Amino acid sequence: MSHISRRQFLKLASGTAAAGLIGAPLVSSGAAKKKVVIVGGGAGGATAAKFLRLNDPSIEVTLIEPNTHFYTCFMSNEVLGGDRKLDSIKFGYDGLKKRGVKVVHDTAVAIDAVSKTVKTQGGQSFQYDHAIVSPGVDFKWDAIEGYSAEVAEHIPHAWKAGPQTVLLHKQLQAMKDGGTVLICPPADPFRCPPGPYERASQIAHYLKQHKPKSKIIILDAKDAFSKKGLFEAGWTKFYGYGTDNSMIKWVPKSKDGAVKRLDPKTMTVYGEVNDHHGDVINIIPPQKAGKIAFEAGLVNDKGWCPVNVQTFESTIHKGIHVIGDAAIATEMPKSGYSANSQAKVAARAIIDMMNGKEPGTPSYINTCYSIVGPDHGISVAAVYTLNKAENKIVPVKGSGGLTPKDASAAHLKREMAYAHSWFANITNDMFG
Amino acid sequence: MSPTRSRALFSGILVAGGLSLGGIAAAAEQPATPVAPALPPASGAMLANACTGCHGTDGVSRGPASPTIAGITKDYFIDTMKAFKDGKRAATIMDRIAKGYSDAEINAMATYFAGKKYVGHAQKTDAAKVAKGKTLHKQNCEKCHEEGGRLSDEGGILAGQWMPYLHFQMEDFTSGKTKMPEKMEKKVKALKPGDLDALINFYGSQK
Repeated sequence: MSHISRRQFLKLASGTAAAGLIGAPLVSSGAAKKKVVIVGGGAGGATAAKFLRLNDPSIEVTLIEPNTHFYTCFMSNEVLGGDRKLDSIKFGYDGLKKRGVKVVHDTAVAIDAVSKTVKTQGGQSFQYDHAIVSPGVDFKWDAIEGYSAEVAEHIPHAWKAGPQTVLLHKQLQAMKDGGTVLICPPADPFRCPPGPYERASQIAHYLKQHKPKSKIIILDAKDAFSKKGLFEAGWTKFYGYGTDNSMIKWVPKSKDGAVKRLDPKTMTVYGEVNDHHGDVINIIPPQKAGKIAFEAGLVNDKGWCPVNVQTFESTIHKGIHVIGDAAIATEMPKSGYSANSQAKVAARAIIDMMNGKEPGTPSYINTCYSIVGPDHGISVAAVYTLNKAENKIVPVKGSGGLTPKDASAAHLKREMAYAHSWFANITNDMFG
Repeated sequence: MSPTRSRALFSGILVAGGLSLGGIAAAAEQPATPVAPALPPASGAMLANACTGCHGTDGVSRGPASPTIAGITKDYFIDTMKAFKDGKRAATIMDRIAKGYSDAEINAMATYFAGKKYVGHAQKTDAAKVAKGKTLHKQNCEKCHEEGGRLSDEGGILAGQWMPYLHFQMEDFTSGKTKMPEKMEKKVKALKPGDLDALINFYGSQK
């Protein structure tokens, strides 16, 4: 036996099963259902579960996710803007259950790549042939002095949607007219690169209607940001950007924008030289791969997970695939659509691998919309292909790019309609 | 000449041109180091599944601005993607996306979506407009958009298609941003105000 590889063994076993030699122990083991265990039921994990079952209903798929509902980060800024209710970004797992996915509401605490087992906090143990880890991000709590998980209970990051979104929304509602909102985005890489600037837009949209004397200061740890020109054009159109009376002020890193310390008692943040008082403070801390990626030893020294981008199999542990925000999928941004696209690539690759086939050629995509103001949507898109020699995901030359600078009002209005259609479709593509 | 025939001719020219160009390139470039073998083409399903984040699983859209593309003909899919690529069809984002795919890849996606089942969408329509639209459809559109807009070799499926999407397309046709086929242009130009809305209500009412 020892000289037969596992793959050959599976082939052999299924061959004998076909020949009808039922009863031998070898056969029952080979004929056993192929098992995939998915850790994390967000954009990546949910999509992977669905597409594994769609592509091969014979696979036993178990999804381990502590929460009974998932709140999408995408469109959560519209909740802050007041145009969307929280319930509309809340998704359950009934759709996946109907597709035969075994959904386990528990927290994965360990993955043993040798015995191919996932262990949970609740003491359960799940055997797998392949595992998919889609843990999203965790925060580097030590990056900003004075900020912590406890402080985030009253000074929200709102970078994971749900209760944090509600908290920030309520604080905006409670703020006096004439108050100052501080938004403090991190340096790259982080989840949803245009997100902090869409957030500023949506908060400005809310303030303009209800508290027009108020201001937003973005204290940035970067000197540039995603869709910058398009955001600034929108801010100029709606929020007086560039004038003395602008509702939004952006302070780049080079102007001491990077926040080093927070004093929660006085509601003050500190740069190298300057300090800023906020009536509402939103700190988006620097990020790293979600906790289980660390527990399972899937991260590099920077806290992200290196993978073979053709299959998303970890380059550290065979048989474990990492997708979504936690994975190093350069040049794809960390976005919901990226996670959705990567999940489909990983699902297909796993099915090929389990059937002893060479994984096929992947194709990846990302489209990302931001809502800047009423009837004003902007987007960035790219189609990606595999550069196998360099293990990189590269944009197809000539494809993709931003909303044109000179886009008409009618164009921008349509992009908003397409943004909302995208949301309806992609959430159904994940959870439906 | 039908779009199908012109495309066949056009791709024939492309192949011939590509061959001679390829010959020149091979003669000019003598790579010093062996190049990694090209990857086999991605499957139609792999390519098509990238689309479904915006166009819905299997191409059945759940969002009213994005069209359902399940069940559309191969020809229409290919013509549309090429028109997006060439800037001949108005777009917000599809022009940027279509440029990411080769003709062979577009062909593979077209086959995939043509094999999926079209699902029409129950939408709120105005009964009076539907009735008016039904008459207008019979008089003007049925010849090409057959069976109440359920069938069409050269066009999309209109029956049960999302109405906001249909409005966008008609805006682009009537403004001239997307050129209409000649026959359609004559018919559309002869319509009176409110007629297009009635037609769209009719299509939206169809299952």
